[in-house]
Amino acid sequence: MIGRLLAASLLTLWCTLLPAKEAAPIAEDPILEARVMALAGELRCLVCQNQTIADSQADLAVDLRNQIREQLKRGMSDQQIMDYMVQRFGDFVLYRPPVKTITWLLWFGPALLLVGGGGILFYSISRRRKQAGANVLSKDEQARASALLGHSTGRDAR
Amino acid sequence: MNRHLIPLAIFVVLVLFLAVGLRLNPREIPSPLINKPAPAFELPQLHQPDHKVSVADMRGKVWLLNVWASWCVSCRQEHPLLVELSNSGAVPIYGLNYKDQRTDALGWLQEFGNPYVMSISDLEGHIGIDYGVYGVPETFVIDKEGIIRYKQIGPITPEALSNKILPLVRQLNG
Repeated sequence: MIGRLLAASLLTLWCTLLPAKEAAPIAEDPILEARVMALAGELRCLVCQNQTIADSQADLAVDLRNQIREQLKRGMSDQQIMDYMVQRFGDFVLYRPPVKTITWLLWFGPALLLVGGGGILFYSISRRRKQAGANVLSKDEQARASALLGHSTGRDAR
Repeated sequence: MNRHLIPLAIFVVLVLFLAVGLRLNPREIPSPLINKPAPAFELPQLHQPDHKVSVADMRGKVWLLNVWASWCVSCRQEHPLLVELSNSGAVPIYGLNYKDQRTDALGWLQEFGNPYVMSISDLEGHIGIDYGVYGVPETFVIDKEGIIRYKQIGPITPEALSNKILPLVRQLNG
């Protein structure tokens, strides 16, 4: 019994000591690491395209994080590093693509849809208003209607 | 009449957009390197690590740079086509052995055949980054002046070879 307990507790201890995965190399300097991650968070991983290079564990993302770290150590500016990535992988690598002729639809499309949708909404509401206005009964018609309904206007007039 | 035509028109436009969207391959990202000089490298040959090769050595000929690795499954798929192309002598193929182990790479070539004039070793993948490699295999067509003219992402298909790569090589050689 005691032997079993001991074995179980040893096993538990061993499991907690066991690293889940080999830790990715990080800079000793936390400020540098924060800059690496900030830049990596702006870049798209081309292997798993819905993740940033900061999030992704794909080999390429790890390599690119290392590359950013090296470049920052060499004193390159954020902009220089972004340019370096765009030169190699194209604008697609940027999570915030630059405003260019071919990205106009991307940037201004939502606003266009909003304005267009708002316009259609406004138009159809105003048209309905007009129709509703045209449907108002004349006094004669109203008298006839209440006569047909067999009630005086009152409770049922709604 | 109009009331019914407008939703129909919207529907047709939507279907067109979706149809085009479905046909696009999201993995094929146009390379910004097209019509730019091939990034420089100076790397050891796979078979003779003492000998280094650079892009400048290739000047004056049209050549293919095929990025491959022994761990890459799709590379096996395109490999017979490369061997065939190499035997036809239409264009010299150089291999960029990307993030591989040297012994694995040599064994792989021995097993499946070696279509490359030579392979160069990019063990760390630095040159791969310079070439914007993100999905091995990738193949670049590079002209006599060392300008990248075409990039195939993923395995070369027989269609891509006969419709794009070979006509381009002929044109560049002509």
